[in-house]
Amino acid sequence: MILLDTVRLAWGSVRGARLRAVLSLLGIAIGVASVVLLTSIGEGARRFVQQEFLQFGGNVLQVSPGKVETIGVPGVVGGSTHKLTLADARTLRRIEGVTGVAPNVFGQARVESGERGRSVYVLGTTRDAREMWRIELAQGSFLPEGEERGSVAVLGSRLARELFPSGDGLGSFVRVAGWRLRVIGIAAPRGQLLGWDFDDVAYVPVATALACFDRDELHEIDVSFRHVALAGEIVSAIRARLIERHDGREDFTILTQSAMLEMIDDVLLALTVGIAALGSVSLAVGAVGVLTILWISVGERTQEIGLCRALGARTADIAVIFLAEAAALATLGGAAGLALGLGVAAVIEAAWPALDLAPRPEFVLAALATSALVGLLAGVLPALRAARLDPVEALRSE
Amino acid sequence: MIELVGIRRSYALGGETIHALDGIDERIESGEHVAVMGPSGSGKSTLLNVIGCLDRPTAGSYRLDGREVAGLSDAELARIRRREIGHVFQAFHLVPRMSALENVELGMLFDSIPPRQRRERALAALASVGMGPRAGHRPGELSGGERQRAAIARAVVTRPRVLLADEPTGNLDQTSGRAVLELLDGLHAAGFTVVIVTHDPGVARRAQRVLLMRNGRIVRRMPASELRTLDEALAGAAP
Repeated sequence: MILLDTVRLAWGSVRGARLRAVLSLLGIAIGVASVVLLTSIGEGARRFVQQEFLQFGGNVLQVSPGKVETIGVPGVVGGSTHKLTLADARTLRRIEGVTGVAPNVFGQARVESGERGRSVYVLGTTRDAREMWRIELAQGSFLPEGEERGSVAVLGSRLARELFPSGDGLGSFVRVAGWRLRVIGIAAPRGQLLGWDFDDVAYVPVATALACFDRDELHEIDVSFRHVALAGEIVSAIRARLIERHDGREDFTILTQSAMLEMIDDVLLALTVGIAALGSVSLAVGAVGVLTILWISVGERTQEIGLCRALGARTADIAVIFLAEAAALATLGGAAGLALGLGVAAVIEAAWPALDLAPRPEFVLAALATSALVGLLAGVLPALRAARLDPVEALRSE
Repeated sequence: MIELVGIRRSYALGGETIHALDGIDERIESGEHVAVMGPSGSGKSTLLNVIGCLDRPTAGSYRLDGREVAGLSDAELARIRRREIGHVFQAFHLVPRMSALENVELGMLFDSIPPRQRRERALAALASVGMGPRAGHRPGELSGGERQRAAIARAVVTRPRVLLADEPTGNLDQTSGRAVLELLDGLHAAGFTVVIVTHDPGVARRAQRVLLMRNGRIVRRMPASELRTLDEALAGAAP
């Protein structure tokens, strides 16, 4: 048979039973639509996180306690034998090319002013953090230069507003875990970044925070350096310096900005693929729909199959006709699903412009290819059933 | 030329073996017009199916124009059905969603005949049975006689040597039936070998020869002109 004739025959059969065709391709359409929509959401989230991260620039790295070789999450495997301390952080300042060091410790604490109080994240750090995290100030100044300890605090904009509704926070005193600290600065509104609310936070000198939380160990040290091209060199220098301080053991993890991005990218990509896999479950359901409808169709068209055999069709011709029908149904379903998915994505974006839904062409193509493949596979059993029919019995059937 | 020697067709039914054809020896010459008659279950349709390569004999030899076909593969039998045999059925067997023209073209699809040539031949075949003006109509829009004429056009469009008709007038009124029989007569006159299965002596009498069947065997061969009724003819047959 000529390929075009096979396609025409399949198309004719699909058109001949429109309602049935629509019902059978609905499952495939919903499957493709959900894959397109869910992966668009996943890709949108990935891009959003990337953009958030990139605002810090590429010349910042993070040193965390604990050595991790595999999944990049410090402290999960192994664990530190040496703590990361303020002394470690001071050592790193002396490395050539390093422009800033922010030893950090953080924890949840209640920040109070008179009768008003609020439980927020308190972040112990140094002045260098301002540059690294691009913190803008609305009033006052950030933590003082060179001071690791001091009875001062810088409040995030919302925290300041909650504690001092009349706007007289600057110069006032707050209590943090029993410590009395003077407000020397109020940050400009910033919003959230990866779940961290920059507006509902209190910055205090790192040694003060350690005392507040009764700790002698840092959570991390952030290091900024002159240029992103120096990353490798700086990482080597930090590693050498800390190994020397930690009795020859590399019990810490250095994560550059690009490695962090890569890691987050991997996680989000895995999430997107997972979502796509979930969506493809509905493709499988759609395939069962195609199989069922075609199975019934073979039963109903038994005489037609017998006729085709009488007119000289080979068993292979009959199988190909039904496979082509399955492929036609699946392709139509895939196209409808693609249109539906992109349409819903466009509607969602129009309704919530903040959501950047980004359909990934490779996922779209994969969904379409999978739908066609799934349709073909779904057509195999009905096609074999049709091909194996005895022509005489088929012609005689009611 | 059709040569059948010792043809048997048996099948199992409920643990019992049924001999639908029980040793058929027959020779039908090219261009002959033969009617097959017999009571229900005598094996007429099975014989037609074997001749039409729709069914395979359990035993025996079937030679079509000197070529043994009993042991051919599915693809080879399909090729013979496409090119050398035309089928006309009592129930017409037209595909309802296709027009008369598309129905006539259907068999040629399986022979990979190019679309233009296919269309020309189908239109010519429909015109030859007086169905040219109805080419674009679907079976549901045609009368019984018109459907059977379209089915005959489909059977002859590939110019087969043999035309097999199983009760071609069984579903038609007298007028339509007569028109269909006249068509078959015309095709015989044009050189087709026509084998027709019928219960109707009036139909059988239009043939040259009548084969009478009973219990899977040909029990009598007679000139069609001598046929009066089936019962009478069978009464004179071998037991």
